[in-house]
Amino acid sequence: MLRLITKRLFETIPVLFIVATLTFFMMKRAPGGPFDSEKQTTPEIRAQIEAQYGLDKPVWQQYLDYLGHLAQGDLGPSFKYAGWSVNELLWSAFPVSLELGLYALAFALTFGLIAGIIAALRKNTWGDYVPMSFATFGICLPTFVTGPLLLLVFASWLTWFNASGWEQPRDRVLPAITLGLYYTAYVARLTRGGMLEILSQDFIRTARAKGASEWRVVWRHSLRGGLLSVVSFIGPAISGLVTGSLVVESIYQIPGLGKFFVMAGFNRDYTMVMGTVLFYAVLIIVMNLLVDIVQVWLNPKLRFE
Amino acid sequence: MSALQKIEMLLEVKNLKTSFHTRNGIVRAVNDVSFAIAHGETLGIVGESGSGKSVTCYSLMGLVPQPPGRIEGGTAIFAGKTDLLNCSPKELNAIRGRRMAMIFQDPMTSLNPFMRIEDQIVEPLLIHGLASRAEAVRQAVQMLEHVGVPDAAKRIRSYPHEFSGGMRQRVMIAMALITKPDLLIADEPTTALDVTVQAQILELIKRLQAETGMAVIWITHDLGVVAGFCRRVQVMYAGRIVETAPTEKLFANTRHPYTRALQKSIPALQPKGTELYTIPGMPPDLSRPTGGCAFAPRCEIARPECSAKLPELLEVGLQHCSRCPFT
Amino acid sequence: MSPPQPITEVEAGHSLWQDAWLRLRKNKMAVAGAIFVLVLALASLTAPFMPGLSYSNQNLALGATAPSAAHWFGTDDLGRDQLSRLLYGGRVSLSVGLAATLVSVLIGVLFGMISGYIGGRLDALAMRFVDILYALPFTIFVILLMVIYGRNIYLLFIAIGAVEWLDMARIVRGQVLALKKQEFVEAARALGLRKRRIILRHMIPNVLGIVIVFSTLIVPRVMLTEAFLSFLGFGVQAPQASWGTLIQDGARSWEEFPWLLFFPAGCFSLTLFSLNFLGDGLRDALDVRASKD
Ligand SMILES: Nc1ncnc2c1ncn2[C@@H]1O[C@H](COP(=O)(O)OP(=O)(O)OP(=O)(O)O)[C@@H](O)[C@H]1O
Ligand SMILES: [Mg+2]
Repeated sequence: MLRLITKRLFETIPVLFIVATLTFFMMKRAPGGPFDSEKQTTPEIRAQIEAQYGLDKPVWQQYLDYLGHLAQGDLGPSFKYAGWSVNELLWSAFPVSLELGLYALAFALTFGLIAGIIAALRKNTWGDYVPMSFATFGICLPTFVTGPLLLLVFASWLTWFNASGWEQPRDRVLPAITLGLYYTAYVARLTRGGMLEILSQDFIRTARAKGASEWRVVWRHSLRGGLLSVVSFIGPAISGLVTGSLVVESIYQIPGLGKFFVMAGFNRDYTMVMGTVLFYAVLIIVMNLLVDIVQVWLNPKLRFE
Repeated sequence: MSALQKIEMLLEVKNLKTSFHTRNGIVRAVNDVSFAIAHGETLGIVGESGSGKSVTCYSLMGLVPQPPGRIEGGTAIFAGKTDLLNCSPKELNAIRGRRMAMIFQDPMTSLNPFMRIEDQIVEPLLIHGLASRAEAVRQAVQMLEHVGVPDAAKRIRSYPHEFSGGMRQRVMIAMALITKPDLLIADEPTTALDVTVQAQILELIKRLQAETGMAVIWITHDLGVVAGFCRRVQVMYAGRIVETAPTEKLFANTRHPYTRALQKSIPALQPKGTELYTIPGMPPDLSRPTGGCAFAPRCEIARPECSAKLPELLEVGLQHCSRCPFT
Repeated sequence: MSPPQPITEVEAGHSLWQDAWLRLRKNKMAVAGAIFVLVLALASLTAPFMPGLSYSNQNLALGATAPSAAHWFGTDDLGRDQLSRLLYGGRVSLSVGLAATLVSVLIGVLFGMISGYIGGRLDALAMRFVDILYALPFTIFVILLMVIYGRNIYLLFIAIGAVEWLDMARIVRGQVLALKKQEFVEAARALGLRKRRIILRHMIPNVLGIVIVFSTLIVPRVMLTEAFLSFLGFGVQAPQASWGTLIQDGARSWEEFPWLLFFPAGCFSLTLFSLNFLGDGLRDALDVRASKD
């Protein structure tokens, strides 16, 4: 187990290095700098600003500085928000996104697992058809369609929820559902498939022969194997949740990292964009590592390899 | 049969009918099977692959996958009280794993790969509330040692994939016997194993039976195994019983042509150097019932009327029945 | 040894495709999906030649109107006909879908084939690389690209294509590995055919089925990515419209003019449904399974 973790960590370092290098040089080659829009600046002021951000040094020097700071976890100053460092911006916005992501994931896992297990146990009955038809819809509907539609129905027509904001607890409901819907559907499908596969195995027959109740057959004997595919899906799901949060936070006007990132994109706030991309990369790699560990823990066969 | 004798029976199966409703038609896997087994008795069920031996036992244990399977009719009275085929799931669960246990054909797939051996072996005791966890583990270690798993106290913590096929089958046996059941159904427990292990397992079950006095239903397609072990044998073909008799009688006075053919194909009984005998032709397609004797197309002494009408299972001697009127 | 027999192979291939076609035709959802996509594609293609359809003609006096006989899908706040904009948007969305899929299939097939064919250490390394890439938030890199190099539709093709090739690479590699074990490749090798010829003559036709199936499943994913980017404002630029930008416009004014959201969202979702059903149908018809190793 420890070997797996160290191995993964060593793999991660070159990946992050490559990501950092790529983003840095992409930014350097970018047409138009971050201060282009401010037309009134005189050459002197401009030079002063550039010196302030270290942009007057040769590129290789800038690159080394950047990597040096990065190694210390410092993502540099924001180009757009004077006086703010990218780190500060990230840490102020990320908790909101994290909260949203966790709600969405919790929503997806809870309802996806329940629906999937019921569908598997009630195979080829209404208990199977109904949730699985919903899942088929859920998988094809992107967040930027469901988001506005949910707003239309629940905020505009039924007025159960506010259309935007992130103050009251119930402001979390619609965004979490919007973000989690696709994953709910996907988890339901995976769970159903995994459970059906396991329930048809010989060892389930053995469990029944011991007099195990249906409940025990599901919980003790099937769930662990049936959920393997769901667990391996959580890695990609987290990556997708990050991407999805950009849309959801834009639709519901949530002050999270996704919204900041999109705004930084519009403002050509390069350090902020780069910093966020790196942050997302680290986040996702770490989450994938965690998922890998859970997977090994769930599947004894992997544990001995 | 006297009333007295009836009461002593541990399990009485009458007119069991099980079929599978598949896309290619209805497969009548078990058709009108009746038999009984007394306390402590050993009954062999013999037949070719696909003759319905496993499905018979699954029906009794309530393990037929439904759908596609369906138990169409019959009764199976266990210990004079419970009808296994028509009782509530609760009643059935109180019996299976406690008073009636089963060992399966394939030890490689019959153990749960995600659970430690320990958790699987103690399960019957815990499910039926027969022991505390600690006591159950103690019994499990003891049982494993008893069935010949070396270093049991340590290996009980392993997972199934760390065991060989023979060891897994021993685990299965330990698991089945840990509640000291009245009836053990052994569904070809040795076919998946190599020959020396086969003999060991057979000896093991014989020994355990002598110790606990349980009844055993031993399923096999090998008449040779039956000869040394079972008191009574019943031969199945295409889902029906074609002959049943005490073992010595069956060998001394074989009546049904199919049993004769099976006997001819036991290698040990054939003179050395002669070519191995195999029954000509193929087992019938169970989804297309013929109406007559299912063995007729392959039978050496078949007559035209064989294919027209299904022969009855008739008494041809004391406790000896055969489904062929021409022998 | 007799030479390899391409003729029997072709025959086998032929009946395989015919079988698949019969099976596909029986799958109602797949057929419906195919018809929907075809009709939509035709309508989008011919839209510029239809009189009276224009995506940019404004009619400020008219403003936003609900669906009517003159404007079936209503008009937007600038008085532009929504149906025309939808069809023109379809041109963009569908062409991005096709072009980016092509890019991704090209990269994926080449990568997978080379990795699988060479095998050994290089293969292991390549697959580890793919595994690592799986963990990266690619869509976000695409945004980075669009931010830095400006919004350009050709860049969009390539960037999206470069994101979606990973599955294809894995699937093709699996298929090549399986084929490598098969006899006819062994036979060809024994005959001394050069590697390149072996790949061209034997592998490509055999990999084709699986590539077709998974390409149809990539198209909706690619279209989704494009719409996602356009929705956020990093995709196609105004006055050009894709379904993503139309949905964005609609989402801005859903309270007053719900039809501006409803039609593009519905059209887009239906297209995704159809493509997914078609892909699933093709997969069942050709009976291909993605083996990952
Ligand atoms: N789940 C099922 N679905 C359809 N048919 C089945 C199913 N299980 C068993 N059958 C059919 O029932 C018949 C009897 O099978 P069974 O497993 O009882 O044979 P067997 O005598 O145990 O053979 P073997 O020696 O191979 O174990 C076979 O023809 C088989 O095809
Ligand atoms: Mg069997």
